[in-house]
Amino acid sequence: MAKIAHPNPSLTIDPISSIWRTFRRLPIMPIIVLGGVVVAGVFANFIAPHDPTDGNLRERNLPPFWGSPRTAEKLVVEVPQSGQRHYQVSLEDARAQDPSINLGDTLVMLSGPGTRAGGSSKFLLGTDELGRDILSRIVFGARISLIVSAVTLVIGGGLGVFLGLSSGWYGGWIDEVIMRLVDIILSLPLILVALVMVSAFGQSLELIIGVLAIWIWPRFARQVRGEVLQLKTMDYVSAARIAGASIPRILFIHLLPGTMNTVIVISTLQVGIVILLEATLSFMGAGVPPPEPAWGSMVADGRDHLVDAWWAATMPGFAILFTVMSLNLFGDWLRDELDPRLRQLE
Amino acid sequence: MICVKNNTTGGAESISSMQQFLLRRFVLTILTLLIVSVIVFAMARVAGDPRTLMLGDLHTQEQYDRLGEKLGLDKPYYQQYWVFLTGLLRGDFGNSIREHRPAGELIQERFLATLELGVAAFLFSLAVGVPLGVLSAGKRGSVLDGIGKIVALIGQSAPGFWLGIMLIFLFAVNLKWVPASGREEWNSIFLPAITLGWFFMAANMRLVRSAMLDALDSEYIKLARAKGVSSTSVIWKHALRNAVIPPLTFAGVSLGNMVAGSITTEMVFAWPGLGLLAIQSTLKADYPVLQGVVIIFTLLYIAVALLVDIMYAYLDPRIRYA
Repeated sequence: MAKIAHPNPSLTIDPISSIWRTFRRLPIMPIIVLGGVVVAGVFANFIAPHDPTDGNLRERNLPPFWGSPRTAEKLVVEVPQSGQRHYQVSLEDARAQDPSINLGDTLVMLSGPGTRAGGSSKFLLGTDELGRDILSRIVFGARISLIVSAVTLVIGGGLGVFLGLSSGWYGGWIDEVIMRLVDIILSLPLILVALVMVSAFGQSLELIIGVLAIWIWPRFARQVRGEVLQLKTMDYVSAARIAGASIPRILFIHLLPGTMNTVIVISTLQVGIVILLEATLSFMGAGVPPPEPAWGSMVADGRDHLVDAWWAATMPGFAILFTVMSLNLFGDWLRDELDPRLRQLE
Repeated sequence: MICVKNNTTGGAESISSMQQFLLRRFVLTILTLLIVSVIVFAMARVAGDPRTLMLGDLHTQEQYDRLGEKLGLDKPYYQQYWVFLTGLLRGDFGNSIREHRPAGELIQERFLATLELGVAAFLFSLAVGVPLGVLSAGKRGSVLDGIGKIVALIGQSAPGFWLGIMLIFLFAVNLKWVPASGREEWNSIFLPAITLGWFFMAANMRLVRSAMLDALDSEYIKLARAKGVSSTSVIWKHALRNAVIPPLTFAGVSLGNMVAGSITTEMVFAWPGLGLLAIQSTLKADYPVLQGVVIIFTLLYIAVALLVDIMYAYLDPRIRYA
């Protein structure tokens, strides 16, 4: 940021107020959400109230804590016909609830087929069709999103930065080959490639990370290459060459720091996209294998039970939405702070 | 600096530089396509062996070999690739293993469905995104502007498949206004089109908003205002005319991306387009169809990228020298 002389110099020296000013500009909500996701992912074992993969079928499709119980109005008969248990109840079961009831009456049943218990604090966000606690699955799902995006970023980002540095520095055929590779990868439909890979090699965490890393490096390479093309004409780089610095030294000690701001900004924005893609692939059954609770596969599981249990598909979707939204807001803020030129970037 | 000199020396030289640029881009595109064809070929072989999928678990080696001979899978890979490539140049994708008819025919049918979905999503993204952008720029800082920002943010951050499921839950399951899936009814198109177009709607809104803010800040708008032109007329006539250029350039790119993005949407809504065809052919190892679909997807992407590049190079001479 450009430094503008303050009309009252005595105010600019005070370090506490300058820290406070930076602090006030911080995007508070995104930081809280992202911090929450990281803490949830790292300490999932301690935070999650239940086991994420082990459910009790008696407690399936329970609503979130605010959900009201559902009752069923039934006709009291001698023996209910099979397939009619949602509308008929045996005299014995009816008398257990209301001793004064007789055959032929109708009774609002509080338990049994067709009814549902209300929400409770035991399962804050309800349970899915296998009786697994959705909150616990979301907490453990954060861990998967965290692992996938962190490893993808390290591998894909590292590769992209390295190839971008080389491409920009050497130019010529090396540049040509790397940029062609970038074009090719960007033109391939990622989701189809991932589906084919999964059908060939089976679902695994490693595969999904590999596919995503291959998909994100071109974005880093392009941007870093552009930066290097500008930086390498600068006097300090020529000076380093004349002083006899080796090429790796120039690349990593002299050029890399100059591209760091860009790399950090792209990373934040790319993490959001990686999380979205991981969720999409998990949703399509090409992500982390079940019963691991990935957010995308949770939406896919809950999708078939929208009528009985809308929360099963809705809640993990909100987890994805809020996480990615926070990453985008945080990335925008970081971009404005570190490098306003990148505003033209998408 | 070069471009300035070039522009002043006359048109002839700049035309030749444009031709050079086009030639270079064209050659590179062909090269890219060739490499992509190799990747696609390899992908289709990796996806699975159609012979074992068709014959099931109980089959003799002889049956296996005979089927391989019939499908041309007994030949070495380089010969299979040659058959694939020469076929491709003639527009022949081979025969679908499952459906026993030309893969090209199948792809053509499904392409129409995807195109329909893409155009509908595109129209939605313009019809909602542009007015929203104009309104939020016109009343900067208002409630409307706030709503616009939230819509844009959700568009950027919501997973498309989840958005689709939420729309199904709301409008198909609860309200029963539209069917939840398929392409049979006239109103089947609404939910998939909104799902697919939402992201681009948000992008259009952001583009129009920032272009409108620039335009509203310019001298000719101040002049129009000073002359007493009504605020509505200034916003919707004078400023908008300049502010639609960015979304129009973005439109080309988005139409290409939409086709690629349609895979998930088609899966959620069982929309019988190219994306669904691709998923089905992957699961069934129907490699002629899979090859064809991936090639079509890639071609579309490359064609749009090329078009945009040429357009930019035409508009901005500096790019030709990059």
